[in-house]
Amino acid sequence: MFDLERWEEIFDTIRKNKLRTFLTGLSVASGIFILVVLLGIGEGMRNGISKEFEGDAANILYIWTGPTSVEHKGLNPGRIIRLRNSDFQTISQKYEDDLEFRSSVYRIWNGMVTYKKESGSYRVEGVLPDYQFLENSSMVKGRYLNYTDHENYEKVVVIGNRVSNDLFKGAEPIGKYIEVSGINFKVVGVFTDPGGEREENRVYVPLSTGQRVFNGSNYINNMAFTLEKADNFEAALAASNKFSAEIDQFLKEQHVVAPEDTRAITINNSLENAKRFYDLMDMIKFFFWGVGICTIIAGIVGVSNIMLIIVKERTREIGVRKALGAEPLSIVGMVLHESIFVTAIAGLIGLISSLALLELVGPIIETEFIANPAVDFRVALTTVIILIVAGALAGFFPAYRAARIKPIVALRDE
Amino acid sequence: MIEIKDLHKSYKTGSNSLHVLKGINFSVAEGELVSIMGSSGSGKSTLLNILGMLDEADSGTYTLDGVPIKNLNEKIAARYRNKFLGFIFQSFNLISYKSAVDNVALPLYYQGLKRKERMDRAMAYLEKVGLTDWAQHLPNELSGGQKQRVAIARALASDPKVLLADEPTGALDTKTSYEVMDLIQKINEEGRTILIVTHEHDIAEMTKRIVNLKDGVIIDDNKVDQIKALQYV
Ligand SMILES: Nc1ncnc2c1ncn2[C@@H]1O[C@H](COP(=O)(O)OP(=O)(O)OP(=O)(O)O)[C@@H](O)[C@H]1O
Ligand SMILES: [Mg+2]
Repeated sequence: MFDLERWEEIFDTIRKNKLRTFLTGLSVASGIFILVVLLGIGEGMRNGISKEFEGDAANILYIWTGPTSVEHKGLNPGRIIRLRNSDFQTISQKYEDDLEFRSSVYRIWNGMVTYKKESGSYRVEGVLPDYQFLENSSMVKGRYLNYTDHENYEKVVVIGNRVSNDLFKGAEPIGKYIEVSGINFKVVGVFTDPGGEREENRVYVPLSTGQRVFNGSNYINNMAFTLEKADNFEAALAASNKFSAEIDQFLKEQHVVAPEDTRAITINNSLENAKRFYDLMDMIKFFFWGVGICTIIAGIVGVSNIMLIIVKERTREIGVRKALGAEPLSIVGMVLHESIFVTAIAGLIGLISSLALLELVGPIIETEFIANPAVDFRVALTTVIILIVAGALAGFFPAYRAARIKPIVALRDE
Repeated sequence: MIEIKDLHKSYKTGSNSLHVLKGINFSVAEGELVSIMGSSGSGKSTLLNILGMLDEADSGTYTLDGVPIKNLNEKIAARYRNKFLGFIFQSFNLISYKSAVDNVALPLYYQGLKRKERMDRAMAYLEKVGLTDWAQHLPNELSGGQKQRVAIARALASDPKVLLADEPTGALDTKTSYEVMDLIQKINEEGRTILIVTHEHDIAEMTKRIVNLKDGVIIDDNKVDQIKALQYV
């Protein structure tokens, strides 16, 4: 490998066979180029879709309570269990790192909402700012509730699109005051929800305000959490099952509920959204892997083909070299050395030019579904190495065969 | 220099086998210039290829410069070829992408010489065949005679014991053939042993001994008065 004479001989051959070298190099470089660009776009699509699914993606856990159904520690069944702010705080703190969004919900019963002469009965709830993401709502106008509202017990409200249409009939709602069960709240935002009319039929106030104004004390009706995204569906499922089991145990101990009592404390672990998200991600990954493998196979076939042709073309030369005293191994070494050298250089050129292209064109092609197209450098480098090894292997067999051909056969006049 | 006894060779093609050499006994002393003649298909090339270790005999013995040549593996055969033998082919067999001087230097590469020494020696042999000015030309820029002279220089480059030439003038016109023969005679006069396969009588008469092959056996083997090629050039 470090034999200077041999390198000289190789360079000599490469220099004097420019077309052959160029064609081998081109097939390798273009193979790598296409692969890396494809992988980059695939990654971009994953990033883009991941962004689209944000908020909707993770698995949501809803927790609510009901009357106990089993006797426990001398307490009769039928006892009403009510969650408290402290339950929510304890869980939020304990799972700080695992949770993506969190909110508790205080339901205000009999939610009559009035603006001037219009009025209607809507579902009114006190919630935390994260609730927007848990419900996956987006703002049509104004803003959602924030933590300042919550801390200052602000009498502000966000209303669903439907509520806005009912009460305001197309007039500007932001900044107007509406009455919720007889108390004035200022409208700060109008939201829309992918859940449709039913979910746009709602009115949200800050949790603290709701509890204080409507005599909620420190009680809450339910809690909702999402966990941070996991690498795949299996991991997400495992994480959510673990979380669900742990908080189930915690809440049942806190409220003296029998472990087997499923009515008193219910945790709904909705993985539907998560499953859709992960399935899509898997499909994209699968698709680009498939394309990638096909490209590599095409590249290998291309390189092998060229190697085969080169060796065939050089059969006579190999015969001459052998007649002049070349040992079979030195023939194999010569062919491999040259092919590895050419594929390695061409592979790196393909790699660098494709990375440069992604870097330059990446920002231009950013759309809703493509974000930050980039490729893992290690993956790309691995591919180059695979291609080189494949090229070497593909070159080895014809070279080996050629080296074994008797010189008289190679030298025979056609 | 060369000593062969009862050499047999047959080729198998499918189910039938063709007995080409049927017991050849033959020896060549150092410094001889021998031509091997015979009609087409008589086995001349086969014999020369066996002598050149490019092919193997089925039976019989072959001794080259005192070294018994038998059961050679590829590696040792390659080494012996490099050390003992120089080949000259009818179709030259120069490497097309290498310049004349690089072609001549190739056997020296396989001897493991350094580049500088290879080039110096190759240039010396090119000078000997009168092609100093053509050293940097590619084979396809040379005439047939020039190509064959490059091939002769290449065959000489490794300073072999024996030169083996299979119809070296077969692809050349008469005048060029004589020029090449003149060169071969000069090389022989320096003491080198040379075997030439030919079916041209005038070429054979420029050697010192003619061996006639027919149907796989030597039918006659005579020393002749050498005709100098120089007088025709
Ligand atoms: N590799 C081979 N396989 C089968 N038969 C062969 C092979 N090489 C040569 N022969 C046969 O052996 C016989 C002798 O061939 P050879 O090449 O030695 O003849 P030659 O005397 O050199 O003839 P020419 O003057 O035409 O070159 C021929 O009949 C030829 O067809
Ligand atoms: Mg012949």
